[in-house]
Amino acid sequence: MIGVLSSGERRAARSNERPRSRFRITSPRIMAARVSAYGVLALVAVFFIAPLLWLVLSAFEPAASVGSAAPLVLSFSNFAKVLNWTTTYKPLINSAILSGSTAIITVVASLFAAYPLSRYQMRFRRPFLYTIVFSTGLPITAILVPVYSMFARFNLVDNMLAVILFMTATSLPFGIWLMKGFMDGVPLELEQAAWVDGATWLGSLRRIVAPLMLPGIMVITIFTFVSQWGNFFVPFILLETQSKFPASVSIYTFFSQYGLVDYGQLAAFSILYTLPAVGLWVVAGRFLKGTFTFAGAVKG
Amino acid sequence: MAPALGIMGLFFAGPIIWSVYIAFTNKALTGVGAQHPKWVGFANFTQAFHDPLFIHSLVLTAIFVIGSAIIGQNTLGFLIALLERGKNSFVTRALNTFIIAAWVMPEIVAGFCWYAYLYQGGTLDTFLQHFGLSQDWLYTTPMLAIIIANIWRGTAFSMLVYSAGLSDVPAELLEAAKVDGASQFSLLRRVIIPLLRRSIVTNLMLITLQTLASFTLIFVLTAGGPGEASQTTPLYIYQQALQLYDISYGTAMCIVLLLIGALFSVVYIKLIRVEEVG
Repeated sequence: MIGVLSSGERRAARSNERPRSRFRITSPRIMAARVSAYGVLALVAVFFIAPLLWLVLSAFEPAASVGSAAPLVLSFSNFAKVLNWTTTYKPLINSAILSGSTAIITVVASLFAAYPLSRYQMRFRRPFLYTIVFSTGLPITAILVPVYSMFARFNLVDNMLAVILFMTATSLPFGIWLMKGFMDGVPLELEQAAWVDGATWLGSLRRIVAPLMLPGIMVITIFTFVSQWGNFFVPFILLETQSKFPASVSIYTFFSQYGLVDYGQLAAFSILYTLPAVGLWVVAGRFLKGTFTFAGAVKG
Repeated sequence: MAPALGIMGLFFAGPIIWSVYIAFTNKALTGVGAQHPKWVGFANFTQAFHDPLFIHSLVLTAIFVIGSAIIGQNTLGFLIALLERGKNSFVTRALNTFIIAAWVMPEIVAGFCWYAYLYQGGTLDTFLQHFGLSQDWLYTTPMLAIIIANIWRGTAFSMLVYSAGLSDVPAELLEAAKVDGASQFSLLRRVIIPLLRRSIVTNLMLITLQTLASFTLIFVLTAGGPGEASQTTPLYIYQQALQLYDISYGTAMCIVLLLIGALFSVVYIKLIRVEEVG
């Protein structure tokens, strides 16, 4: 076989075989480039980590002020102080209700909306898709004032269900768009087999398409949940009663009331409020890796 | 289709149509306009474009978008993606975790972090005191403060877009250019950037749209102040419509902001038309 290779290919083959030694000989120029690359990345790291220091240091410090020096002892007293019904549990439950319901309704509605868009050739398919993409770009902040006056007109201010439906409406365009993308990845052949066996479109959606795109559905659920979990402006404008406030709004109220006094508690509350979002994001990353494996289902 | 269409029609298209109606009246939350709004034609729009504070807010919004998104997030995200290319060490993975955490955490917490960092007596200030540079950065340089905080907040998105784009650049092409004697810089300018043109344009469009509507971060950090020094359009609209109760004027300004967003959104659709929608 070796004889067939050109000299260039042989060189390439040799260089691939070369064992990776710990003592590689590197030219000074490449060394310098590598060192400066890590130098720049180190600066980037400082820029990104420094503002987070406050969060972690003050949360675990017994009596934190704004400019906290490194704590000598780990203390959970700040967490103990905020872990009560009115400060933490109730707002987190409200957040979970708002973003959970929004995520569920968004996923179900976009599943039904994406199915015909992905499977049928319809006259209004293209204009509809364009409208969807167009709406994903619109600044939501800019419709909040008319939404507020509309809610005031129809007596919907402070109504959780109405807030959930508004959040759903703003999540749907992107949800449908993502859902259609994931659904396009499910081979039509699998469904045709079910049709031959007498399945309706609803049956094949429920039994074939939805289970196959479960990773995609999880990604959309988590994405919607996490973005609404962090949503501050919408509940801040549309809700009025303190007992209905999600964590984003109640943490802001906490900040404006005790801001300068109780930084440790604010930091502790911030961490409790942030962790679910970051955790779910990590889970979504796992699911995303599993979405591109449909091809194997057809070949088999 | 029906449930999705119903919800979007009532709660998304509805408010937009409602806003067009309100913007042409003198509706307010209190006073005469509250009970019997009257048709006033283009008066609200005329008022907006003669309102120095509204024009000022538009200029600040433009500075904020260009500074934090187009220059800041875009360049930094590209730089990080480029430097991390081909590296998958513990160091780069740890760094990415922090960058993405800044993006995933609730915006209001990001605001607190930067507030505690920049406030007089805050982390940065405590550090800079050793050099005699102590000051309240939120007060002395409010625009710079919100721009840098927003770079921190949003760079992850650009970084993810560009690392995905860079991983599609064929390695042979780069090798070939190197063999032909291309320097690092011309490799970047003549090979990598032209190949990434689509990612670059898409990224710029999306981050512009996101940054245009940014409210929470600025609200927590400076609340538009001191005075009107960092009052971008969303904050000015909030003040006029929901603190001073001039709903119709606020709505008219909303429509202006919405139209600016719509303009960018149309450009974005034109760009993605080719492949995705099909």
